[in-house]
Amino acid sequence: MQAYPTETDPIFGRLSWEAIPFHEPILLATFAGVALGGIALVALLTYFRVWGYLWKNWITSIDHKKIGIMYMILGLIMLLRGFADALMMRAQQAIAFGDSAGFLPPHHYDQVFTAHGVIMIFFVAMPLITGLMNYVVPLQIGARDVAFPFLNNFSFWMTTMGAVLVMASLFVGEFARTGWLAFPPLSGILASPDVGVDYYIWSLQIAGVGTLLSGVNLLVTIVKMRAPGMDMMKMPVFTWTALCTNILIVAAFPVLTAVLGMLSMDRLLGTHFFTNELGGNAMMYVNLIWIWGHPEVYILILPCFGIFSEVVSTYCSKRLFGYTSMVYATCVIMILSYLVWLHHFFTMGSGASVNSFFGITTMIISIPTGAKLFNWLFTMYRGRIRFELPMMWTVAFMVTFTIGGMTGVMLAIPPADFVLHNSLFLIAHFHNVIIGGVLFGLFAGINYWFPKAFGFKLDVFWGKVSFWFWVVGFYVAWMPVYALGFMGVTRRLNHIEDPSLAPYFQVAAFGVVLIALGIGAMLVQFGVSFMRRKQLRDVTGDPWGGRTLEWSTSSPPPDYNFAFTPVVHDNDTWADMKKNGYKRPLKDFVAIHMPSNTGAGFIIAALSAVIGFATIWHMWALAVIGFVAMMAVIIGHTFNYKRDFYISAEEVTRTEEQHTALLGSHV
Amino acid sequence: MSDHNQHHGHGHGHDDHHDHADGSAVHGSMKDYVIGFVLSVILTAIPFWLVMNHVIESPATTAYVILGFAAVQMVVHMVYFLHMNSKSEGGWNMLALIFTVIIVVITLAGSIWVMYHMNANMMPVMEGHTPQQMHDM
Amino acid sequence: MSDINVTSAGAMSADPSSRYLVREHHPEHGTMLGFWIYLMSDCLIFACLFATYAVLGRNYAGGPSGGELFDLKLIALNTAFLLFSSITYGFAMLQAKVKNKGGTLLWLAVTGLFGLCFLGVEIYEFMHLIHEGAGPQRSGFLTSFFALVGTHGLHVTFGAIWLVTLMVQISKHGLHAANMRRLNCLSLFWHFLDVVWIGVFTFVYLMGVLP
Repeated sequence: MQAYPTETDPIFGRLSWEAIPFHEPILLATFAGVALGGIALVALLTYFRVWGYLWKNWITSIDHKKIGIMYMILGLIMLLRGFADALMMRAQQAIAFGDSAGFLPPHHYDQVFTAHGVIMIFFVAMPLITGLMNYVVPLQIGARDVAFPFLNNFSFWMTTMGAVLVMASLFVGEFARTGWLAFPPLSGILASPDVGVDYYIWSLQIAGVGTLLSGVNLLVTIVKMRAPGMDMMKMPVFTWTALCTNILIVAAFPVLTAVLGMLSMDRLLGTHFFTNELGGNAMMYVNLIWIWGHPEVYILILPCFGIFSEVVSTYCSKRLFGYTSMVYATCVIMILSYLVWLHHFFTMGSGASVNSFFGITTMIISIPTGAKLFNWLFTMYRGRIRFELPMMWTVAFMVTFTIGGMTGVMLAIPPADFVLHNSLFLIAHFHNVIIGGVLFGLFAGINYWFPKAFGFKLDVFWGKVSFWFWVVGFYVAWMPVYALGFMGVTRRLNHIEDPSLAPYFQVAAFGVVLIALGIGAMLVQFGVSFMRRKQLRDVTGDPWGGRTLEWSTSSPPPDYNFAFTPVVHDNDTWADMKKNGYKRPLKDFVAIHMPSNTGAGFIIAALSAVIGFATIWHMWALAVIGFVAMMAVIIGHTFNYKRDFYISAEEVTRTEEQHTALLGSHV
Repeated sequence: MSDHNQHHGHGHGHDDHHDHADGSAVHGSMKDYVIGFVLSVILTAIPFWLVMNHVIESPATTAYVILGFAAVQMVVHMVYFLHMNSKSEGGWNMLALIFTVIIVVITLAGSIWVMYHMNANMMPVMEGHTPQQMHDM
Repeated sequence: MSDINVTSAGAMSADPSSRYLVREHHPEHGTMLGFWIYLMSDCLIFACLFATYAVLGRNYAGGPSGGELFDLKLIALNTAFLLFSSITYGFAMLQAKVKNKGGTLLWLAVTGLFGLCFLGVEIYEFMHLIHEGAGPQRSGFLTSFFALVGTHGLHVTFGAIWLVTLMVQISKHGLHAANMRRLNCLSLFWHFLDVVWIGVFTFVYLMGVLP
């Protein structure tokens, strides 16, 4: 336990040297590694003098393509951190039986599993899907950017600052020990007086603002900025799933904001929302947080369903089977996701009538998902299937996600859930659907759209190495966990009494090592692809024979995306254009109106992180100063009305001519 | 359909088309605001009167009545002050509102239903306590 | 650049590609829809606070109840302030529609004044309650009361700051398109706060004094 000074210092609050974990060797070693790596990175950037370039072209960029790429980078870096937590947990659980206590005491282990969950959901999965939607959706609908480009930049930096706070908790203070949803009373001020839960609250509140604004942004983009002729029922399926996802974001994240706000009031002000005494009700927290939590998992999976639809129709060279039913299934899933939340706490005691209602709705929601699966299968039937990497990931998804979905239906039965709730069976279920569904979908999407974003394909050999290690590793890692759950093993244990269970845990640990090799192979894939980028070059802009509008642009697209806005006549617009002999225009280009870059988003987000850090450590003066500064920057920013410029017709012509030359060079 | 104002000002060419760019809010008239105001005053005064003067015997009935008045007044505000109609933004405003109302109802009704059962089943029953003591807990 | 025609494909040469392009395209402004959707999300925050009040609202913990604490005459006065501020904002919008800068600023100022009166009464009420020992730390009922009513008051405060900022911007730059958009957004925000207040005075205050 950390010891905090009882009197609050007027400047430093409860922050002191004791907050630095000098006595924890693992953390010290990590800090040393991060510090050295960080210094090396800063030195390299300074040596190559790229700070100015980074500020002007990336940090202040309001271009949805750049922002999308930055989200992906954030997600992939945080994947490494979250996976490190997974490795630690698996290692601990492989050795800590009977008399052996392992190397992670409960105090540390509890932070590891909490951080693992928070990071994987909020700082890996959410940024990766947001990044893909950001990059692809405007291109798919024939637009030049999202509806609110500045807000887009601001949203990204808010998400990043949330991640910064979580990472800071590793080295200054500690993180929450409550699990990724931080139920009170454990997360209340009496049971968790330390800074961990405060780090948790602030990083999620800051990132949550970013996500909510991003939801509004993409929603308005899809509604308002579609190319002429693109009616709702002519939108690509990925855009449809993005639409439903962003509706869910707008409808769910306010609940998270409200609940975490209430928890922080309990902790900071001594209120009684969720306390045990004086009229609080901790069960209300569980109720509200899952009203957010269930739509959240559909926010994660729906875009991936969209990715699979695009991938399947592209690599089967066939129009997607059952477009209309896909759209309806997606909308039904979106609406039903609001009617199932209690299945996360069947055992909390609401009784048979309430439990039956939610058990039935949970089972119903599996039906539209099944419909989608059948549509993908029917698309593949009699198609000319090419097993490029995205298609491989898709097939792996279909098998894996089905298994995970079925165990979900098992858990939906309240009496069964009374046995399985909070056992390793539950853990296996949700990792099954999140890895098999979300992660495999993201890998498919990354391999699919990488050439569009960077102008060269990803190396196939290392992609396949990564694929096989991931898929085999997943089954080896998680099937034993299902068995353990059936046998009654509880979740979040850092020590198991019964040594006869050790073989299962050790097989699972081996599986995680295989997955680690899969991740390593993916990093090698990125490196090798970059080094071989000339051979892997995509000159046409359409390396896969795509069917939707993003493939009509160059790889990467110009800043303005489309020299002329496309007009849409049919679904699978690009396939339609190719079929009818479409040729790129070569002259008569016009000036294009574009929004300007700005540093305001980065600055406001950084100030909010300062406010968060200050509030966590009770540095009230700094918090107030930070708040006043943030308000000043926000209000000051609104006094800037000149936020746009024009790309001249000459420059557009030059860019288009370069693309023409590139196309001509293709043998 | 050329638009001379395309390259002037801060937005794009449709800036000076009031109806198009300014959205629904500008379509109000003095009449709308006055009608809305008068209706709101009436719909506020009656509930206050009902409660302050204990007009209806049963508190439950009073509650339902004033909730009804509140719902009606919210609609009055939506129509007369917020100019809500099914045409603005191509119907998307109305759709967003309906969806939000549905989610609000699910959140409120769902939470109340769930928590009522939770409280009934799970809150501690203490032997030897009077109902008043239970009320005060 | 003024000779560029906004046209559909027919203006270009009659090759098959032309039906797939438009030379100039101006997507509609998304600001009003975007702000409306943000307001809907704000509605959901209030829904959570209302739900919490519904669950905790009778948890007096041996402390005072709504019947013992609420002064309905004061709340009626506050409701009147907010309702008047709504209609005066409406008058400001009518002035803005006919591009009368002075009239707009005048009615905006009156609106701001009513808003400040509302906030003043609310702060007085809160301080009185806290002084009586009925602060947010007293019971679940009072916690949820202060959270719901206080959040609404915070929104009004931010609205007032926005109002003053916008008044400065209008006096500097006039009623051009960007400022009109901002006026419209603040209008939505302001009226929306009055809608939420209807819920507050009904569900919290009026129902709170019922036995």
